[in-house]
Amino acid sequence: MRVVILVIVFFITACTAKAPSLSLYERLGGEEGVDDIVYQLIVNISRDERVVDRFKGVDIEKFRTGLVHYICSVSNGGCIYTGDSMQVVHAGHNYTDTEFNAIVENLIHAMDHQRVPTAVQNKLLAQLAKDYGDVVYQ
Amino acid sequence: MKKYLLVMICLLGAGFVSAAENRSRIIATGAATTIDGSAGGGIVPMAALSGYGAREESGGVAFASYVHVPDYTMSAVGGSWSWRNRVEFSLADQRLEHPTLSAALGVPLQDIRQSVAGVKVRLLGDILYSKWPQLSAGVMYKHNHDFTIPGAAGAKRDSDSEAYLAASKVFLGGAMGYNLLVNGVARYTRANQIGLVGFGGDKNDSRRWYAEASAGIFYNKHLLFGAEFKQKPDNLSFAGEDDWQTLFAAWFPNKKLALVAAYVDLGEVATLPNQDGWYLSVQGSF
Repeated sequence: MRVVILVIVFFITACTAKAPSLSLYERLGGEEGVDDIVYQLIVNISRDERVVDRFKGVDIEKFRTGLVHYICSVSNGGCIYTGDSMQVVHAGHNYTDTEFNAIVENLIHAMDHQRVPTAVQNKLLAQLAKDYGDVVYQ
Repeated sequence: MKKYLLVMICLLGAGFVSAAENRSRIIATGAATTIDGSAGGGIVPMAALSGYGAREESGGVAFASYVHVPDYTMSAVGGSWSWRNRVEFSLADQRLEHPTLSAALGVPLQDIRQSVAGVKVRLLGDILYSKWPQLSAGVMYKHNHDFTIPGAAGAKRDSDSEAYLAASKVFLGGAMGYNLLVNGVARYTRANQIGLVGFGGDKNDSRRWYAEASAGIFYNKHLLFGAEFKQKPDNLSFAGEDDWQTLFAAWFPNKKLALVAAYVDLGEVATLPNQDGWYLSVQGSF
């Protein structure tokens, strides 16, 4: 049992020692990196029958720039997101848990495609996961 | 053993042709399957429901697991089906072989079979997305088919039900950027060795609350390393019963398949001490 606890403690403390010098935005590859991730996300969505119909009639260019700005703002990229809140953007659409998961999966695949390291992916997902309650069943 | 291998091969095959890739929850959030049939690790369940169905979808899993310690082997096969990430129905069939114990007791009996039926309900939360852990409650009904040895050992009954509450959360990037899984369970039971040695005993015959926990770190979205701890009753004066622990590696190559390997420490089991060994499990999702 002691060994088990030691192993867990080791893994947890080993991590806190590292001082991150770069912002999440920079680790995502900065402006170019985030642009590429969002572009690939849109490509993935366009091929995903679970969600592609939800984007019919959506101004994709507006969606793209809005999302790029939003990711920049939640990843300490120095942007101030001036678009509508996540709640307002999604209100009235009754987006489902299935659709939310589908978008997250497409985002993960987009980050994999751009070779974003696991730890960086996780940090961005942690930021975006907070929006679940504002997006789903609204 | 041969039958068991066959089941494993079938599961691997089923995994490759299954539709789990079309279910929407994120890879590994369906967890593996415990020897009792509920979604979780190897010996400790989780609040996660099996399969990859999101709240508009349903799906399930089939599994086969094998435990090998010095004086016992156990195989478990079964499956579960989860409706809309709300309710999980599970079945498991366990077979414990106890050659050393048979020889010591001078009995021809070689194994003990147990069937387990379970229902688990996700009460609230989402293991990935909600601020608070996903919380689920479950009940299990267990029936021991070979009660001769458990009865002689002092167990009071061959069938019983038990209940548990599980809280699970994945902290995204929670451990140096890696995803951290934390899981706690409170189980209300009087099972001896999870029911393989019956239920209740001369020292204690009432259900009590026992703590179980597991934790792990995802090296990436496919690979989880972790540990489990399971506090257990000690109802029989015939033999001491120890808590169980595992150290495991779980591999989720895709949403169809999961493989788990573990080192297990079962302590003293029915008078035979130092039962530590290994565990293998394969799960196919559909």
